[in-house]
Amino acid sequence: MVWSSKDLLGLEGLSREEIEFILDTASSFKEVSSREIKKVPALRGKTVVNLFYEPSTRTRVSFEIAAKRLSADVINIASETSSVRKGETLVDTGRNIEALKVDIIVIRHNYSGAAQMLARHLKASVVNAGDGWHEHPTQALLDMFTLREKLGRIQGLKVSIVGDIAHSRVARSNIWGLVKLGAQVTVCAPKMLIPAAIEEMGVGVTEDIDLALSGADAVNVLRMQFERDGENAFPRQLDYFSNFGITQERLKKAKKDIIVMHPGPINRGIEMSSEVADGMSSVILEQVTNGIAVRMAVLFLVAQANDRIKNNEDAH
Amino acid sequence: MKEKARLLDKEALGRMLMRIAHEILEKNQDIEELCLVGIRNRGVYLAGRIASCIEKIEKKSIPVGILDITLYRDDLTLIAAQPVVRGTAIDFDVTGKVLILVDDVLYTGRTIRAALDALTDFGRPKIIQLAVLVDRGHRELPIRADYVGKNIPTSLNESIEVRLDESDGKDEVVIMEK
Repeated sequence: MVWSSKDLLGLEGLSREEIEFILDTASSFKEVSSREIKKVPALRGKTVVNLFYEPSTRTRVSFEIAAKRLSADVINIASETSSVRKGETLVDTGRNIEALKVDIIVIRHNYSGAAQMLARHLKASVVNAGDGWHEHPTQALLDMFTLREKLGRIQGLKVSIVGDIAHSRVARSNIWGLVKLGAQVTVCAPKMLIPAAIEEMGVGVTEDIDLALSGADAVNVLRMQFERDGENAFPRQLDYFSNFGITQERLKKAKKDIIVMHPGPINRGIEMSSEVADGMSSVILEQVTNGIAVRMAVLFLVAQANDRIKNNEDAH
Repeated sequence: MKEKARLLDKEALGRMLMRIAHEILEKNQDIEELCLVGIRNRGVYLAGRIASCIEKIEKKSIPVGILDITLYRDDLTLIAAQPVVRGTAIDFDVTGKVLILVDDVLYTGRTIRAALDALTDFGRPKIIQLAVLVDRGHRELPIRADYVGKNIPTSLNESIEVRLDESDGKDEVVIMEK
């Protein structure tokens, strides 16, 4: 298996082998974070820019730590404090960053397709850290990594994704990845939060949370984005918890060893109760730890691929 | 590459590893502070075998670790093929130990340089010694082995292939030629 792309834009375009290769590479990187000296020289001399057009702490910090543990230099740019405010276009910003001889740009943007557009215009590697409602590939990869670590496989697992499917890039990336790896995926949400024709992605759909939990090996609970509360079709917070919130009572009827995941940040008492979030089934903090290994693997693979592409160009 | 000659078979290889085990014990009297670290991939299997030779002789087991040097290579951008990171597993403290680094073939010395770099991230061994099955010459760095199974002078057109039961289904060392 050779990882040949200079970018990671989404899971839709990846093969099962490529996804598994990233997960395998990530397993090797996990050990680095358990050392006393948590650093390897693999990306020494490389520069990574985190270009974030949306507020994010956990994803940005996770990418920053991943890059630093690979010995890369990291610079963070948040749109609120940059010339994006002065009207510079995304591609211009990208070209300026590239002119600074940056090797990898990690981008989070509120428009779907932003990472892809940047990747097309730049020779630097581009890693998608979330674009609009489209994809958030490293989150899905760390979810799958955690599933595989906990349950030993993805093939044949029953995984339910609960919450705002319509506005969730985490859901979309998870569905692409899980279906490719042979899991049986069900999405569960109030009707207004289920996008039309979602079945075509190869998933089951239900509005019954007990049905979604029944027989599931894992449930991935999405964050309800109540900042969208202005949209009047959005469910009220209390209604949501009583109809879809994950509680101990609901888990009692599910498989005994069901795994509860959440990409964070959690709204306690809305998506799940505190007992569940802090309970035996929850792997939420392990997801955070695994995120570093997965992002180290991604940064390493895209940097390697880009070096090979540049070497080939020099040779010709 | 085609096979030029078969240099070692299963029996010869087994005797060689037993001899290296004896040499290690002769040079290092205190078995309590002894540990082995194999370099991926075949060094890991060789380290395991030397460890069981030592166990046979001394009736004591010694810790064996696994080192992946991929992330420490100085030629990461030069190699055409995908470097596969397989992970390191050293679950004992190397500080104060006599650490025997084990690899299959000693050639330019760059792998060993990378391994020494990697090991310093795990602690400060009292002594690091190097055991290799084959030394084929052509060093590019000032590195030498403390224990050598067999010195095999080679030309740059040749390469040494160490095949082990664990990875290749049989034990043998062959010399290949372009």
